[in-house]
Amino acid sequence: MTAATETAHRRPSVPDWIWHLAVAGGVVAWWLIYRQLLPLAEWLTAQLPVARDSHTGEAVAFFLYDVPKVMLLLALIVFAMAVVRSFFSPEKTRALLSGKREGVGNVLSASLGILTPFCSCSAVPLFIGFVSAGVPLGVTFSFLIAAPMVNEVALVLLFALVGWQVALTYLAFGLGIAVVAGWVIGKLRLEGWLQDWVRDIHTGANAPGPVAGPALRLVDRYAQGIAAVREIFGKVWRWIVLGIGIGALIHGYVPEDLMARIMGADAWWSVPAAVLLGVPMYTNAAGVIPIVEALLGKGAALGTVLAFMMSVIALSLPEMIILKQVLTVRLLAVFVGVVACDILAVGFLFNLIF
Amino acid sequence: MKTVKVFGPGCARCETTAAMVRDAAARLGLEVTVEKVTDPKSIALAGVMSTPGIAIDGTLVHAGGLPRPEAIERWLQA
Repeated sequence: MTAATETAHRRPSVPDWIWHLAVAGGVVAWWLIYRQLLPLAEWLTAQLPVARDSHTGEAVAFFLYDVPKVMLLLALIVFAMAVVRSFFSPEKTRALLSGKREGVGNVLSASLGILTPFCSCSAVPLFIGFVSAGVPLGVTFSFLIAAPMVNEVALVLLFALVGWQVALTYLAFGLGIAVVAGWVIGKLRLEGWLQDWVRDIHTGANAPGPVAGPALRLVDRYAQGIAAVREIFGKVWRWIVLGIGIGALIHGYVPEDLMARIMGADAWWSVPAAVLLGVPMYTNAAGVIPIVEALLGKGAALGTVLAFMMSVIALSLPEMIILKQVLTVRLLAVFVGVVACDILAVGFLFNLIF
Repeated sequence: MKTVKVFGPGCARCETTAAMVRDAAARLGLEVTVEKVTDPKSIALAGVMSTPGIAIDGTLVHAGGLPRPEAIERWLQA
């Protein structure tokens, strides 16, 4: 089939300019709605038979403002990120990383981890694909740590519920952990600790990937963005509502200094405890961040809370079980140990600084 | 008859993909064998780095994310 008939074959009815117009219109509508959220939430709360300054009023106003705000921000950012990601692919990333030296390779790998489309169920094939094509082990780990930890859902929620400073800090330190942990693992020279069958696969940097389809047009990328928004909402909306609901309860009812005592900066053990607590918890960023926000508001220390969040997202039991297919238990233990140490360091550092 | 392999560890998207291939074949009135490959080694050796992946008669045509129905029809007819 030639390229011309190919293009004609797809989406024959709607011309491209209508799509561009619709996307532009969508962004403007988004902005107009977003600006009206606070007055709308206050008005809605005022209609309810509860006093605005009571515990219940406090919780309700928080809930009514935060749920739509988070949903709107998520929709916009997830769409934008999907469009950006449509320019990247694991195959291209592998070609860029193959044979890269450690150090530079770790930084590049962690950054590409954010931009390359990735789903945690592909962790194993991606791992093998990288390692067998000559991407150094440590560089591969930098990718695998950054990809789930620094994701737009976590960043949007932090931005919306806690503030841009914390979101930016999380981005920087999430990347930092991915770079450092991958670099350390690379320095340890643990290639021998891979499962035997993984070591035996050598495909080379130009291993065959899927045959290239017709080149994507901007309109196709919009479609991918819309599909991503749909998928995220199908998956996480109930976590967000639940998380913000719990957050609202903590916001309205938990006494001001309770969290300061349990999760404050003075208790040295609070950071390791937060990391340990995070490992068995398996929820996505969407469920955990509203709780994080409420905890912070009640005086929990920022370092402790960030350590908890990073541990929940980066060190999850199900992911370890998946990785066990390609890593020996020793290597898996090193991976968990190195990442946990880095998270601890970030937690302590933050509690010291802020 | 075409042999379609769907690569994936058994996640929801892989199941959906296999079903989409069967649907597309039914729409086109084609007879196909759909085979699911879940073993990580075979997935890796086929060159799939992000799942679900689709190979038709040994040619890898797709990797990563749900394919579009039109695309599946195109692959099946090629």
